[in-house]
Amino acid sequence: MPDIHDKKVRQLEKIANAIRQDIVTMLLAAGSGHTAGPLGLADIFAALYFHVLHHRPQQPNWPERDWLILSAGHLCPVRYAAMAQAGYFPKKELLTLRKLGTRLQGHPERLRLPGAETTSGPLGDGLGQACGIAYGLLLDNKKSRVYCVMSDGEQDCGVIWEAAMFAGKYKLRNLTAIIDRNNIQISGMTEDVMPLESLVEKYKAFNWHVIEINGHNIEEFVDACEEAKTMYTKPTVIIANTIPGRGVPEIEFDYTWHGKPPSAAEAKRFLADLRTIGGKISSEHE
Amino acid sequence: MPENKKAKLQRELFNDKKMELVPTRDGYGKGLLTLGKTNPRVVALCADLDESTRSQWFAEKYPERFIQMGIGEQNMVLVAAGLANYGKIPFIASYATFSPGRNNEQIRTTVSLSELPVKIAGAHAGVSVGPDGATHQALEDIALMRVQPNMVVICPCDAVEIEKATVAAAAVHGPVYLRFGRAASPVMTTRKTPFKIGCAEIFWTGKDITIIACGQLVYQALLAARALAKDNITAEVINCHTIKPLDEKTIIASVKKTRAVVTVEEHQIAGGLGSAVAETLVQRLPVPMEFVGVRDRFGESGEPDELLQKFGLTSPYIVTAVRKVLKRKK
Repeated sequence: MPDIHDKKVRQLEKIANAIRQDIVTMLLAAGSGHTAGPLGLADIFAALYFHVLHHRPQQPNWPERDWLILSAGHLCPVRYAAMAQAGYFPKKELLTLRKLGTRLQGHPERLRLPGAETTSGPLGDGLGQACGIAYGLLLDNKKSRVYCVMSDGEQDCGVIWEAAMFAGKYKLRNLTAIIDRNNIQISGMTEDVMPLESLVEKYKAFNWHVIEINGHNIEEFVDACEEAKTMYTKPTVIIANTIPGRGVPEIEFDYTWHGKPPSAAEAKRFLADLRTIGGKISSEHE
Repeated sequence: MPENKKAKLQRELFNDKKMELVPTRDGYGKGLLTLGKTNPRVVALCADLDESTRSQWFAEKYPERFIQMGIGEQNMVLVAAGLANYGKIPFIASYATFSPGRNNEQIRTTVSLSELPVKIAGAHAGVSVGPDGATHQALEDIALMRVQPNMVVICPCDAVEIEKATVAAAAVHGPVYLRFGRAASPVMTTRKTPFKIGCAEIFWTGKDITIIACGQLVYQALLAARALAKDNITAEVINCHTIKPLDEKTIIASVKKTRAVVTVEEHQIAGGLGSAVAETLVQRLPVPMEFVGVRDRFGESGEPDELLQKFGLTSPYIVTAVRKVLKRKK
């Protein structure tokens, strides 16, 4: 992964915007699913699939690939959209999300969709699996890295901390966890439902290297991924502060958008917002 | 004696002085050691019960392939799923109440639904765990595991058989649950006794009643068969070590002959071997049936033999069940 320059950052931001539009379009077609989290993660997924990861969209099981584990399976629209953009499958398949016979299940399944890597949805289960993959890679002296995207809400799960202890004990230096710190979960604000702070101090206490970033600043994210590679005795967690619903001002920060899709009218407004970057530019599609 | 010669059982099955008693978990330890030598993909994980589950034998010989998980059964499944996804064949060991008990959801999502070759070794199953009491005596683990699609469920009858089962489990494409007990129990089988996952073995041939058993209670079933023979009742004893997939062919062939069944297991009657057999027979060959097993209650402290007796799992209870079912036979 070379150092990132401005032009590349702008390019990734454009891809992130396209991913956001795909998320809105696919959720409208699906009629159910999660909106806020996926929109908030679009910048990170654009950076992962188009800059950070070593991967081959035409060969999802390439043995030398980096592994991207999505622990919070309900965030899958952002992964599906990024995978389609990257060429894992045709973009039109996004419209099959959550429909009978689809490879794009409501929560991802590894056996149905090559490249999904794991089956996820029940929260808390991703980090331990990422640890297992990372442990196996180190055992065989492989250079691939493991990235694990978690939500902040799933830090409530005890098994996350079992895995965190494990990664610290075994010094899984090839593991980079990313926490989408958007402060919402299904019933409200994370600090009201079950306070998580200080996440930074918690992970430090579990022997992790902790980096806190603005999750919408692609340069910061890429730099953090680079910094993680220099850690030889610790796993790294990137706590990415994000805005749920990012890119659609009318739903930003609103936890009620955690688990619902847009209506047709809302989708139209959301897409207009995304195409015009909140009205800052004009769009030929209006 | 109507012992099935093809089963190549121990010569002196009923000689108390010569019958060897070995905890089935020893067989797991030995099986792992064999795999350590023969299969470099095999790794062993344990949740702080290395000595008790005999995982320690592997840990001492192959330390680089042993992973100490601490008391984290849920994370143990996840790490194993990750290792399997990457290309390893992980064996994970704990007590059955914790694994597959405590970590059931992780097994469901990341192992069964994900169809990954994680091998789950559940030790301390059954009331014969003894003094530790109800909290440590798994009586529902077969039920928990057999309802998960893709899962193979094996409950071998003795230490020799579980060694074979452990080695065979590594070759299964998907997940496997291996159930074993704590107490030293009779070694009925020999190296030459056939073992194939999914193939029940007829240990004793007869024509009046089919006794289908699993785990260490197969020996009680043999004792019952011997006792019944004195009354001219010939029992066919089937060692049904694989509960899923069930060997319907062997069971149906036997029941066609005997027309009555008693199942025997150290597990809740609800959801265990007996349920699996009943599900098959009720659809394909309904015959009178009795269940010897735990009747919707938890275990308790005591010596293994005392508990097997108290819970009605020993040969006299099997004999009683046989007499009862024979009365219903037309």
